[in-house]
Amino acid sequence: MEYQIEFRDVSVYYGKDIALQGINLQIPRNEIFGIIGPANAGKTTFLKAINRTLEFIYSAKTTGEVLFDGKDVRQIRNVYGLRRKVGVVFPLPVGLPMSIYENVAYAPRRSGIHDKQELEEIVVRCLKQAMLWDEVKDRLHMLGTKLSGGQQQRLTIARALSHSPDVLCLDEFSIAIDPVTTMKIEDVLTELKSEMTIILVTNLVQQARRLADQTAFFNKSKLIEVGPTEKIFTSPVNQLTYDYVTGDFG
Amino acid sequence: MSSEINNPFASTEQEHRGKKVELLVKFCTLAMTWLLIIPVLAIIVFLVYKAWPALSIEFLLDNPEKKMTAGGIWGPLIGTFFLVLVSLIIAAPTGILAGVYLNEFARDNWVTRFINLAVVNLAGVPSIVHGLFGLGAFVYFLGMDRCLLAASCTVAVMTLPVIITSTKEALASVPMSFRVACWNMGATKWQTIRTIVLPNSISGILTGVILQVARAAGETAPILFTGAMISSRIADSGWDAMVPYGLDDRFMALSYHLYIISTQWQNVPESFKFGTAAVMIGLVIAVNSLSIGFRIYLRARKKW
Repeated sequence: MEYQIEFRDVSVYYGKDIALQGINLQIPRNEIFGIIGPANAGKTTFLKAINRTLEFIYSAKTTGEVLFDGKDVRQIRNVYGLRRKVGVVFPLPVGLPMSIYENVAYAPRRSGIHDKQELEEIVVRCLKQAMLWDEVKDRLHMLGTKLSGGQQQRLTIARALSHSPDVLCLDEFSIAIDPVTTMKIEDVLTELKSEMTIILVTNLVQQARRLADQTAFFNKSKLIEVGPTEKIFTSPVNQLTYDYVTGDFG
Repeated sequence: MSSEINNPFASTEQEHRGKKVELLVKFCTLAMTWLLIIPVLAIIVFLVYKAWPALSIEFLLDNPEKKMTAGGIWGPLIGTFFLVLVSLIIAAPTGILAGVYLNEFARDNWVTRFINLAVVNLAGVPSIVHGLFGLGAFVYFLGMDRCLLAASCTVAVMTLPVIITSTKEALASVPMSFRVACWNMGATKWQTIRTIVLPNSISGILTGVILQVARAAGETAPILFTGAMISSRIADSGWDAMVPYGLDDRFMALSYHLYIISTQWQNVPESFKFGTAAVMIGLVIAVNSLSIGFRIYLRARKKW
């Protein structure tokens, strides 16, 4: 079986600093894959290696192979097509300086969808999935940047879903969102699993435990352990993992 | 001791001194600000006072007559207008595109750093040197002869570095996170620039360009050798008065006109000299006000 994403001995360097070290990892399709680990463990770099946004950091260098649908991402000519297949939500909410509607319609427009009705359907669907619809349905033409932090975060999620990605990468998606809404979004993620693969980077280990089918523990740019979530949380092989999930870390 | 008990907010020795320094600093900075305003006001009041007898609509719309002792300044005024227009048509697109490249596409390597250094240095070149460069490059080497086009090219070269720099600054003020968000959605760099970066920096870019209008209109040195002339007969009315100069014609310009009537010609009424100066200052103030207005508009419209 072909994995959605496979890392083969991937290392990433920022100049002389090493950010990821010899990562070997397979992420199966239609699964929520949790990534936990302390700061500076290489979690965000891991995500950036998938959609090749590492290329925007000029000092970054990647070795090894990242396979997406079995293809080495560096062999993919149409990098924009690759990025459209990957939706990313970064921890700092970024509303683009345009209306809420345009924020969500941005990616579909860039990929050539101009039909008004089609765009509207996408916008409504994504805003609903991101649990933002009820709060903004009456002011879709307000500036996205004027929303509160938590709302902008959900706007970012709606945007990441707007180009119907095969893989959704969530990097600390819930830090600015209240717990009740977070729970609702978590429910949506569980539903979305049937349509896409979800990679969930989180500092809330319990969130990974609630949602993820498999969980990987990163520390100091290395992959320490990966396995079924329950196993990682109840009987990890590595002592570091055990300390981290039980809160004894450090 | 007892005062501390009565008033828990009583100032300590340190805070007393702090307050005194604060006052002193505030006073000094205020004084310097006023010192700055006084010469500006003095120049304007003096100019307008001296120019008052000459200032009228006819002064603006009539051509100089009788060896500039009568008539007005229409010829130089429209000449300056065309000089600014043509130089902007050359410099604005070039400068803005170069600024976009340097800020959005260029990698941070030695070539880019060298170009940036060159731009900064070009901005510091005295205008008379630009004039001589224009004479050599455009008038002789490219064989344009002395004409409006050669002078406009020279002024364009002079204004380019500032347009590039202000464009870069305006682009850099758009947060990087906006670009990253777009790239992550599969937008190309140009799509990102077109849809996010330019719409949010265009006012800043235009402000920079407008400020260069004032400079292009005011400088004498760059046009001295490249196309300005003392006096040319142009039509007094009709279409020919509106567009008196072709690109290959020599032309009159306000700054050069002022230089000539103040130093080279006798019997020019004093009010004419001051009138010309007042019109020039008025132009600069008008253009700068426009750019300040733009900036206020920009701040009010700020989207993040």
